[in-house]
Amino acid sequence: MSEFIPSSSPKARWTTAVALLVVSALFVFGINAYGKINPYLLRVIIVMGINIILVLSLNLSNGFTGVFSLGHVGFMAIGAYVSSILTLTLNTKALNLPDLPAWLAHVQMGFLPALLIAATLAAMIAFLIGIPLMRLSGHYVSIATLGFLVIVHIILINWTQFTRGARTFSGVLQYTNIWWVYLWILITIYIVWRIVNSPYGRALLAVRENEIAAYAIGVNVLRSRLLAFVVSAFLTAIGGGLLAHYLTSFSPASFYFTATFNIIIMLVVGGIGSINGSILGAVLVTLLSEILRNAELGITLGTIKIPPVYGLSQIILSIAFILIVIFRRKGLLGDSEIDWSGVFIKLIPKN
Amino acid sequence: MTFIEYLIQQTINALSLGSIYALVAIGLAMVFGILRLINFAHGDLMMVACYVAFFLISSGIGFGPVFILSILAVTLLGILMERVAYRPVRGAPDVIMLLTSLAVSIFIQNIFIMFLSPVPRSFRNITPSFLDIVNKWGAVGISNINIVTIVITAILFILLTLFVTKTRLGTSMRATSENLIAAQLIGVHIDRVILTAFAIGSAMAGIAGFLWAARLGKIDPLMGFIPLLKAFVAAVIGGFGSLGGAVIGAYVLGFAEIFLIGFLPPSLSSYRDAFVFVLLILVLLIRPNGILGSTEREKV
Amino acid sequence: MLKIKNLVVAYGNIIALQGISLLVEEGELVTLIGSNGAGKTTCLKTISGLLKPISGSITYLGEDTARLLPHEIVKRGISQSPEGRHIFARLTVGENLMLGAIQRNDNIAIKADQEYVFTLFPILKERFNQVAGTLSGGEQQMLAIGRALMSHPRLLLLDEPSLGLAPILVQRIFASIQKVRAEGGTVLLVEQNARQALTIADRGYVLEAGRIILEATAEELRTNSEVEKAYLGG
Repeated sequence: MSEFIPSSSPKARWTTAVALLVVSALFVFGINAYGKINPYLLRVIIVMGINIILVLSLNLSNGFTGVFSLGHVGFMAIGAYVSSILTLTLNTKALNLPDLPAWLAHVQMGFLPALLIAATLAAMIAFLIGIPLMRLSGHYVSIATLGFLVIVHIILINWTQFTRGARTFSGVLQYTNIWWVYLWILITIYIVWRIVNSPYGRALLAVRENEIAAYAIGVNVLRSRLLAFVVSAFLTAIGGGLLAHYLTSFSPASFYFTATFNIIIMLVVGGIGSINGSILGAVLVTLLSEILRNAELGITLGTIKIPPVYGLSQIILSIAFILIVIFRRKGLLGDSEIDWSGVFIKLIPKN
Repeated sequence: MTFIEYLIQQTINALSLGSIYALVAIGLAMVFGILRLINFAHGDLMMVACYVAFFLISSGIGFGPVFILSILAVTLLGILMERVAYRPVRGAPDVIMLLTSLAVSIFIQNIFIMFLSPVPRSFRNITPSFLDIVNKWGAVGISNINIVTIVITAILFILLTLFVTKTRLGTSMRATSENLIAAQLIGVHIDRVILTAFAIGSAMAGIAGFLWAARLGKIDPLMGFIPLLKAFVAAVIGGFGSLGGAVIGAYVLGFAEIFLIGFLPPSLSSYRDAFVFVLLILVLLIRPNGILGSTEREKV
Repeated sequence: MLKIKNLVVAYGNIIALQGISLLVEEGELVTLIGSNGAGKTTCLKTISGLLKPISGSITYLGEDTARLLPHEIVKRGISQSPEGRHIFARLTVGENLMLGAIQRNDNIAIKADQEYVFTLFPILKERFNQVAGTLSGGEQQMLAIGRALMSHPRLLLLDEPSLGLAPILVQRIFASIQKVRAEGGTVLLVEQNARQALTIADRGYVLEAGRIILEATAEELRTNSEVEKAYLGG
């Protein structure tokens, strides 16, 4: 969707270093101050970390293949709900989800297996809907994935047996901590990096830049896109599961348009197609959101607590988004990346 | 109620629902045809029209003037949107334009949530009460709101058709959505055409908003969202970018929805909207250019 | 009539025209030749207002038109038949032609102009009610030129009219272009088919990599050995 200029410039390498530094800093900070750290600050860092995972995985699909999915939050929801259902204690299950089928009502598993099962389920769904969807292009795939999001939302609201419908799903054990988040960030960065630098990845890049040329040189367009889509769904679901087990309660509304827009903003701010950018975007927008949300905290009407409305922060974010799109379309880092020239040279077949 | 009577009843409901979708879809299709922009904020225009009416009615002026002023306000908002948010990104990659319109939509919705509450307000005291009268014809009940919806929509279609075929500006619009470059080269005032598309589309969305709110009886800041999505589906079914297609798709959707509610088992009826979107995805897969669109694929 | 001075036009970071200057006097048929990607189409697009230059000027009848909007340029009497024709494929031949006159109000004169187009390209009269997309390549090209003529331009811009057409059609179209010029029209013709272009032109410019490298009468260009080698297959 935009001109790709491979850069091995010092700037690109430097920003990688910064990105890694930032991530490590979170880690070090986490270790050092763990227990002593201001719980609020810790919360922000953890949410920031989860956002990094979400944006990176979204970038894998939207940024690197040009399959601009607007429905990824649907996978996030699947990850959240499925993993939560699996980890709920039997008591909580009996209380909150009395109508669960027997095979589920007696199951309680650990965090990791639940996450993996949920993510695999999301990946399988992504595979199924992906096969037909990958043939579409441009607008159409965006609208189709949007349709997917709406379908997931409707199912969540109506399948009360499993989801408590539109009501809050609570009682989830808070398994997520800074360690888990950090681990999954590293895994995500690694996976995304590996894919983008693999033969599949080079195929992805070719596909993004020029689909017709990609066909011409024999790149299997559909397979490359599908792989990216499925993997990104997997990782997004992990992110959803992590979030669910941090917030401990959520509802279908948590995984709908507001979430979609927030993640997309992070993606665009950081720069579509840039790994560093995704990290940077997630960090910046999360911080900005928090600052704005604090500005909103002044609004409490007597004894009535207004549930997360995100009024002001959404408004400011949407304005910021429009401004960025007008003035700095490529985001903060655009396509600049970590030493792509090497990759590019390998792309040209030797003959 | 005999089967025939049931059929008639549902047909009228379907026509009525389809009409509202058509009014919204036309605006979407008009803008998409010219700019290749999917305007997410289009649905919010429905909402704004209703809220403007809501506040104007308390000033004591009659429904007629309130209606006109609301539509005017929403038309201006549409034009403003184009000027401020969409013009600067004209020519940008499709994705950017899509995201910009998403941002505009979220902006508008949240402004309204922030300054008004997200709690729904009643629209009953705004719409003239004669709309609620149900005319009985045998066992079939035809409410006035349905008749009004269908009639108003029909009138607007006729006017719009006359506009795009008989007037210079309308013809310019058609030419522009056919081929932007050619339109520029023959001397079409593109900015004016785009402005007109937004103005007409917004006005129609505003009218649709009134009709929708009259059916529902209430308004809330997020009310435009579902009709927008449905209008999307309608436009895609009929062939995105073509006005005729949008209209046909809207009625197809209206009928599909009404008869789906009728024939789905009760346990699944709340999933009705999900089926609508499955339909969307199916159409995109089988015939992405819609009923009226060509079956051309990108030529190499 | 048309004076271009030091025109610099870019697509993003890529400079397509590196400061070109050319002149078209009233009544002339000037041709702009050069290889693919030289910038010829960019030049015409800029004259028509579809592109804005970074610097330089385009003076038409004494007025600087470089920053005008496309429809304002058409109003001043410059009309283009673009590369790729860009006809309104789903509309009929007749509708296409009438759209060419969309800025005009003088119905009688419009009718007369349509008749004139029919004398140049009789096939268009034959196919008047046919959907334009079903026309052959050559007919579509004729339609594109006809449509451009319907605005009664003082300066006609033609971008690669011979592209993709069989030689006999190219002959016919070029003959018509000559006729237009003979009736007093001014034409700026961009062509890759330098040979044909130079047979009907008065003067020519050679554009290469965004620069004008040669400027002479058509006669001189035809006999220029380098031009022959590079563009005339000599």
